[in-house]
Amino acid sequence: MNSLKKIFDRDTWDEIFESISKNRTRTIITSIGVFWGIFIYIALAGSAKGLENGFDEAFSGLSKNSMGIWVQSTSMPYKGFEEGRFPIFELSDVEYLTDRVPEIQYISPGLQAGAFSGSPPLVVRGLKSDNFNLFGNFPDQAKISVIKIYDGGRYINDQDIKYERKVAVIGEGAQERLFDLDEDPIGKYIRINDINFKVIGVEKYSEGDGFGTDSDITIPYSTFAKIYNRGDKFGFMFISGYDYVNPNYLEETIKENLKVRKIIHPEDDKAFGSFNIGSLFESIIKFTRGMVFLSLVVGIATIFAGVIGIGNIMLIAVKERTNELGIRRALGATPGEIKVQIVLESVFLTIIAGIIGIIVGAFLLFLINIGTSGLEDFPFANPTVPLAIVSGAFITMITLGTLIGLIPAERAVSIKPIEALREE
Amino acid sequence: MIEIKNLHKSYEIGASSLHVLKGIDFSVEDGDLVAIMGSSGSGKSTLLNILGMLDTSDTGTYDLDKIRIADMDEKKAANYRNKFLGFVFQSFNLINYKNALENVALPLYYQGVSRKERQKTALTYLDKVGLKDWADHLPSELSGGQKQRVAIARALASNPKVLLADEPTGALDSTTSIEVMALIQKINNEGKTILVVTHEQDIAKMCKRVVHLKDGIIVEDKKIKQNVIKNV
Ligand SMILES: Nc1ncnc2c1ncn2[C@@H]1O[C@H](COP(=O)(O)OP(=O)(O)OP(=O)(O)O)[C@@H](O)[C@H]1O
Ligand SMILES: [Mg+2]
Repeated sequence: MNSLKKIFDRDTWDEIFESISKNRTRTIITSIGVFWGIFIYIALAGSAKGLENGFDEAFSGLSKNSMGIWVQSTSMPYKGFEEGRFPIFELSDVEYLTDRVPEIQYISPGLQAGAFSGSPPLVVRGLKSDNFNLFGNFPDQAKISVIKIYDGGRYINDQDIKYERKVAVIGEGAQERLFDLDEDPIGKYIRINDINFKVIGVEKYSEGDGFGTDSDITIPYSTFAKIYNRGDKFGFMFISGYDYVNPNYLEETIKENLKVRKIIHPEDDKAFGSFNIGSLFESIIKFTRGMVFLSLVVGIATIFAGVIGIGNIMLIAVKERTNELGIRRALGATPGEIKVQIVLESVFLTIIAGIIGIIVGAFLLFLINIGTSGLEDFPFANPTVPLAIVSGAFITMITLGTLIGLIPAERAVSIKPIEALREE
Repeated sequence: MIEIKNLHKSYEIGASSLHVLKGIDFSVEDGDLVAIMGSSGSGKSTLLNILGMLDTSDTGTYDLDKIRIADMDEKKAANYRNKFLGFVFQSFNLINYKNALENVALPLYYQGVSRKERQKTALTYLDKVGLKDWADHLPSELSGGQKQRVAIARALASNPKVLLADEPTGALDSTTSIEVMALIQKINNEGKTILVVTHEQDIAKMCKRVVHLKDGIIVEDKKIKQNVIKNV
């Protein structure tokens, strides 16, 4: 009988099941290696993916090529100007930049009191009062950084800017300190520097977003400029580029243009301070990519070790079964039939152990996902392992299982039947 | 049935070689029951293994049922063993995780017989050796005599031309030995050619012909009056 045809023969499988199920200890020990390998692999790869998804989620809404830039003081004399000059921004600079840097999508100049300079104004609401950092922003600010407004409220809009409305968006920390617990602050008035402002929204605090705290109060840019008499001068702005723009390039280009505009030495690195989210984000992406890669390497190595373990135990098992295989050959088993049986046993064990590993690994990821879904601070979401990677691992396993199985199989038929029979 | 001429066999042990069979000429008629005797180390098992195609000779010819057995690849040898030869060993050589019925059915599996047919045939042979009721017992649950009877049933299951038994009673007490020999006589009476290696005179006397080996050659070969076993 053709020994390859035996693969599809039910009797062959009966023989294999019998051999596997009636040699339980051997089967279990053999399987644990591969199970462990694939389990570790799935758990690692899934966790890495979950971390990646988690960071993705944490940074979602934040334009990944956004940056902030602010005025410091010059450190080099240039074209008749002394060093130590403070090259304050003007609203006309915004137009200047948008004209020269087409990569810019949004620019949002900002004013502040209390955060970097000046003193935080006193804010009063009924009997409660406290000092809070005050910002004057444009609506576009919400398109550059993550600003989440609680239901029922809104952010600054164009009308607020145009009519210099006395409206305020307050941080959730400010709400706690100024309002009672059961009180809805929307529509209520607070006094900032003795001027009444209507609360239009409560901002949900999100970490890693610029330099805000949970208790900032934001009013329209125009209103701020008027009250504080800033004219068209401002000290910092947020800028975002289009999706295709490299954030580092954007940061550099903007600085170069501003240096020209403000007559600053091209090599003066102290005149402006800046950061870009992209480079921050990039290092995180690199980290998670590294994790994914590491898990791939570790996982494949463990699978490899597992399969080699199977081969090892099969070798021992074949040695242990030398007598049995001798009997089978005395009864008429051809070398092909013996080999097919041993290889199929090896492959079958590998597959079963692998499937169990995948299931248990997936279950663990499922538990981790449930366990972390309530944790806001822990960037972990939807830990999945791509099907391609799972099938890749699977194919690797089967291939290795076959190749490794061939070694003991070859060994089993390489000796004369009588030599096999003599072994006890 | 069996025809061998000038058979030689040596074992290589390290650098030296041990000449075990030194020119055996030997033939067996259809339906014979031959005892092969000789002192320990005289080469009885070696001869039987070559006859059973479990081992190969160095020189000489071997014809089994008029077919020349020479330079066969392992696959072909396996098929010949399966079809023409049945083995019974001193140590039974049953597969310990298979029950009696499965053990008996195994040669049929390698013949490509269907599962149902295998079970049926195996059961017939178990019945023949008086162990029908023990079909689902594992070897570890059987006595020595019962194990040897299962082994005989297994050797017969593929309906071979020749049954080769190497000290089939070597591990059994005298009562059980007689039971097993009675079975062998019964099978022989049905026409099967059987060779039995033994060094017990009593067992040899139950055969029809006795061949004596000494130092690798046949020193005596004679037909005897068979001691037929009755009422066991
Ligand atoms: N595989 C082997 N390698 C080396 N020498 C062997 C091998 N098998 C048998 N011999 C030697 O060949 C000789 C004949 O062995 P064989 O097994 O044929 O004897 P025997 O007549 O069956 O003896 P016994 O009655 O003890 O079973 C012995 O000296 C034995 O040691
Ligand atoms: Mg012997």
